[in-house]
Amino acid sequence: MHPAISVICFTLFSGAGYGLLSFLCLDDLFDLNFNLSSARHMGLVVVALVLITVGLLASTLHLANPRNAWRAFFRFRTSWLSREGVFAVLLYPVALFWLFTLWGSDAGGSKVLAALTFLLCIATLFSTGMIYACLKTIRQWNTALTPTNYILLGFMLGSLVLVASGAGNVTIALIMVGAAALGKLIYYYWIGQPAGPTINSALGFTRATVRLLDVGHGEGNFLTEEFGYEVAKAKLIWLRLISIALAFLLPALLLLAFGATAGIPAMLCGFAGVFVERWLFFAEARHVVNLYHGAQAT
Amino acid sequence: MKLGLVIDLDTCVGCHACAVACKQWNTSGTSGPLSDYEPYGAEPSGVWFNRIRHYEVDDYPNNKTINAPMSCMHCEDAACVTVCPTGASYKRPEDGIVLIDQDKCMGCNYCSWACPYGARELDRESGTMKKCTLCVDRIYDENLPEAERQPVCVLTCPSHARFFGDFDDPDSEVSKQVRQRSGYSMMPEQGYQPTNKYLPPRQQPAVETHKPRQVSREEHSAEDKPMAQIQRWIAQQLKRQA
Repeated sequence: MHPAISVICFTLFSGAGYGLLSFLCLDDLFDLNFNLSSARHMGLVVVALVLITVGLLASTLHLANPRNAWRAFFRFRTSWLSREGVFAVLLYPVALFWLFTLWGSDAGGSKVLAALTFLLCIATLFSTGMIYACLKTIRQWNTALTPTNYILLGFMLGSLVLVASGAGNVTIALIMVGAAALGKLIYYYWIGQPAGPTINSALGFTRATVRLLDVGHGEGNFLTEEFGYEVAKAKLIWLRLISIALAFLLPALLLLAFGATAGIPAMLCGFAGVFVERWLFFAEARHVVNLYHGAQAT
Repeated sequence: MKLGLVIDLDTCVGCHACAVACKQWNTSGTSGPLSDYEPYGAEPSGVWFNRIRHYEVDDYPNNKTINAPMSCMHCEDAACVTVCPTGASYKRPEDGIVLIDQDKCMGCNYCSWACPYGARELDRESGTMKKCTLCVDRIYDENLPEAERQPVCVLTCPSHARFFGDFDDPDSEVSKQVRQRSGYSMMPEQGYQPTNKYLPPRQQPAVETHKPRQVSREEHSAEDKPMAQIQRWIAQQLKRQA
């Protein structure tokens, strides 16, 4: 799949924003020892909302006809993209009301609103993952690991932002980095297994070899641009190693060695690593339409 | 009604006439124009509803060329409609045709990701997704003679490899063809229950290869003589006629 920068930024920034907001809600609900003053708590909620908004705005950049973007809320019953939009928009009034109740109160804000905000964060992150996971046409996405990883990576970035702001809890951040790394490694193992349709089942000739003679079009078209994106195998392996090192190994080592003082470099590494991870998430996904263009398997 | 196409992979010659006729009709049809990008430039490209690809099945001497025209399969469980966030994509309950409301589409490409058959293409000029309409603006047009109320790809096919009809009617041409020739769906494991069916090539033995006659030394020298050559030629001609 073609890795669109707008969609990568959307999932990266809004994911981090939802993760950060979730931790702030959890701190309000269960006191995770973040030692936040009212002002700082509110400031971080605003940071989370800004991250979310930047992400959502980036997502509209890949629309070819954004005039009709408002219609995207109307197919909540069937479409995960619609659900994601609805949850994302519902979150704003709830989070803002919660933010209001945090005003000047060192005991935290309204617990009901904190819980609601948390649930909406999880629902939005889950829906973002399900946008990709529900597509049977892309076997690398069509797995429960996809929404799991979106949630874990969002939470990991959120916890790293917290530590970088000088407020978070290094232990929680380390646990999140470990959990996200584990999820991603399982995912890489899972997509390495051969599965899915082949050129034979795509054309219905399952008892003989099938080869493409001619693709029928002289130059590229929408299908080759959108789905024909291919990266050399060696480059993919390097990028995987870079993303694992940046997203998981370096933040973990920095936090283990220097504690909260290394919060900012750890956060920057995390963002850079997850950016590469998101790019790979698209670049490694192989749509079944490639079978009709001559690929033997996905 | 369950309207759709049957495509005969045995008789399709891969001439692309259906694709050209489709482009010609639909560029001025309900979801037209089908924009072209740099049509006279170095890399011409554009929107097509129907694309034909060519494959080689099996190995020599049993190999066979297969020309596979593909357009929207008008799936019974159309994932493109399920995932559409705006409601622009819809499947008509009365005849099962999958269409896109061009006034509602926001061009997010999501439906094209959900389609395993590459049937949907984004038109960069209008910013909306476009796809085969099964010539919905032809098949119900009462101003056309009844025989012409068919998708233009079916009408134009010179090798009669395309059939249009109602799969719910067991006596329709498409239902009969599928029954008699073991019509099948492409990529059925995706589970979208495509309406369009493909007829497999008929069973035929491998083409006999020409073996040149082995000529002995004596025969060879005899053949050099003009009379012997003429005799052999006459014998051949008479044999062919008999």
